[in-house]
Amino acid sequence: MNPQPVSFHRRISTALADDQLRLALGRTTERFAAKRAAGLASLPDVDAVRDRARAIRLHTLSRLDTYLEQFEAAVSAAGGQVHWAADAKEASAIVLDLARARSVERVVKSKSMVSEEIALNETLIAAGLDVVESDLGEYIIQLAGETPSHIIAPAVHKTREQVGQLFADKFGVPVTDDVGEMTATARSVLREVFLRADMGVSGVNFGVAATGSLAIVTNEGNASLAVTAPRIHVAMMGIERLVPNLDDLAVMLQILARSATGQKLTVYTDLLTGPRRGDPDGPEELHVVLVDNGRSRLVGTEVGEILACIRCGACLNACPVYQQIGGHAYGSVYSGPVGAVLTPSLDDVGPWNTLPDASSLCGACREACPVRIDIPRMLLALRARSVRAGTAGRAVRVGFRLYRWAATRPWLFRRAVAAARWLTELLAADGWVQRLPPPLSGWTRSRDFPVIASRTFSERMRDRAGGAG
Amino acid sequence: MMPKPDADRTVQLFATCLVDTIRPSVGLATLRLLERLGVTVLVPAGQTCCGQPAFNSGCLDDARATARYTIDLLERSPAPVIVPSGSCGDMIVHRYPELFTGDPIYGPKADRVAARTYELGQYLADVLEVGDVGAKAERTIAYHPSCHLLRGLGVREAVPRLLEAVAGAQSVELPGSEECCGFGGTFAVKMSELSSAMLDRKLDAIIGSGADTVVACDAGCLLQIEGGLRRRRAKLAVRHLAEILAESE
Repeated sequence: MNPQPVSFHRRISTALADDQLRLALGRTTERFAAKRAAGLASLPDVDAVRDRARAIRLHTLSRLDTYLEQFEAAVSAAGGQVHWAADAKEASAIVLDLARARSVERVVKSKSMVSEEIALNETLIAAGLDVVESDLGEYIIQLAGETPSHIIAPAVHKTREQVGQLFADKFGVPVTDDVGEMTATARSVLREVFLRADMGVSGVNFGVAATGSLAIVTNEGNASLAVTAPRIHVAMMGIERLVPNLDDLAVMLQILARSATGQKLTVYTDLLTGPRRGDPDGPEELHVVLVDNGRSRLVGTEVGEILACIRCGACLNACPVYQQIGGHAYGSVYSGPVGAVLTPSLDDVGPWNTLPDASSLCGACREACPVRIDIPRMLLALRARSVRAGTAGRAVRVGFRLYRWAATRPWLFRRAVAAARWLTELLAADGWVQRLPPPLSGWTRSRDFPVIASRTFSERMRDRAGGAG
Repeated sequence: MMPKPDADRTVQLFATCLVDTIRPSVGLATLRLLERLGVTVLVPAGQTCCGQPAFNSGCLDDARATARYTIDLLERSPAPVIVPSGSCGDMIVHRYPELFTGDPIYGPKADRVAARTYELGQYLADVLEVGDVGAKAERTIAYHPSCHLLRGLGVREAVPRLLEAVAGAQSVELPGSEECCGFGGTFAVKMSELSSAMLDRKLDAIIGSGADTVVACDAGCLLQIEGGLRRRRAKLAVRHLAEILAESE
């Protein structure tokens, strides 16, 4: 996950100035949020299901080593092969080696965030392989040479008009803003891709430890084709993506689609156990690549619960910051609230230490999260980590040391207030300040600031009977 | 309507730094309101800030030092603590115990203070169990539920109910009311572009609601919203819940 060369603040400015982006985001995040609410309302006891789902995820994480071993044994017993990748480089190398050893030329992919995380496409394409994304959203951004900006809706940053233009440019078809027409165009191109591919690379929504099964959900059916038509299926999954058994999977499936798109279930739910056995359907080989890439380091830490995430994207849709700037501004594969926790946790905190600052701590993400991950709490933990590591900036450290002195000494507090009063009175017209000096100038970008009260509440209370408390 | 005539009703008011220095009228209104309801209000001298700005910026040592100071101040009396702010209330109720987990001295103290701290609206509704506080205000009100009051302390219905009982007042729906106004403490300065964009959306909703008064339960949100409305030269009144409920005649 290479940080983009431009600063986070600059990326935020760019996003806020992009009217097309904000139009696209406005259309989709609100719709997703409304559908999610309706979808969850269709469960008789949604809170109980969420509690159960949370318990399953936390239990799995608490015994991740055991379940991983069980999963590996079950996958092997079903005729598949598990590969362990410690980091992004190893994970990509495993897939490339598999492809080379089996003379693979064409790879079709279904959506996989972990393959984005390890930049798998770049590795495979650099090695001369033909790689095509088959999820419509992923296909659109691949055509446009972009990266996903949302966990479940990778092309959410584009308006349908922009996609119509893109298709016209790439395929010479007439410009349209009709989604059905565009889908038909993509479908006709992708059909060929599925049939000619030697290898299908997919993500995994849940691996089932007891049976070695892989659950993959889509609405387009592209994963079903990508993992069965080619002769080799390579499934990429983060090591945390397990549930103990099929009953647990059923619970997770009840909330995944509801939280993501508001559907009770996605249109397609594939449950794959091993490669083909005797019958003519399915791949000859199944390989599961278990990617650590920083995850095992998080278990048991104050951000460890982020591994319970089921990648539904509900926190992105609910987040007032994401709604304003979309995913690309975060600069990393994972965006929104979950990305602001995951990215600096998986990667060294250095280049990403400003991501956790991009939150007013409003808690909308925590409320939307189907497994109740306390994301604001983790953003706070990461901010504290930056302060401890000395990357938070001198102004913050010195500023809050001064604050602490004043806040624990009433006489000093009064003097600080008096100084602030003097300053605001000096700068004010009509009781309000239109321009504050740095480092407070950010406030007056869009807001006036009031003059400090001529007599504070404490000052007014000083003579009050009983006021000594 | 008077609250349940329980024995001695004595509380202590923790006004918060923003009310103290920028909007003392909220402290005065809280005082008037509670006294009108038969509650004796102590105002501990020497109160400053709950420590939330340092906590939210990751400066945990500074937050702890400030929290210790405030805990000691509030431990001088066993009376319930009333805070006219959702976020400062949430800080004391939820973050104080967390900050002092494992601390043999301040751990138990933090737990005690947290257990008897209430945001104002919460205290009126849950402890005094009053619906109508006898307020009168000819206003059309849009209520902005502050994030920490709503999602932190879980106070959802209480405040709209209190506002609906105000004689002469009319409540209008605020579209996207549960969305953050973009204040977020230091976030407003550090990430001022984002904060401003969030505020813009909130102001559009407020102005479009047809209200003449916007009400919230947090001086931070009020600072953000009023500052933004002034910049837009919009003429709406911005009031704290206490200021509305203290209005009569």
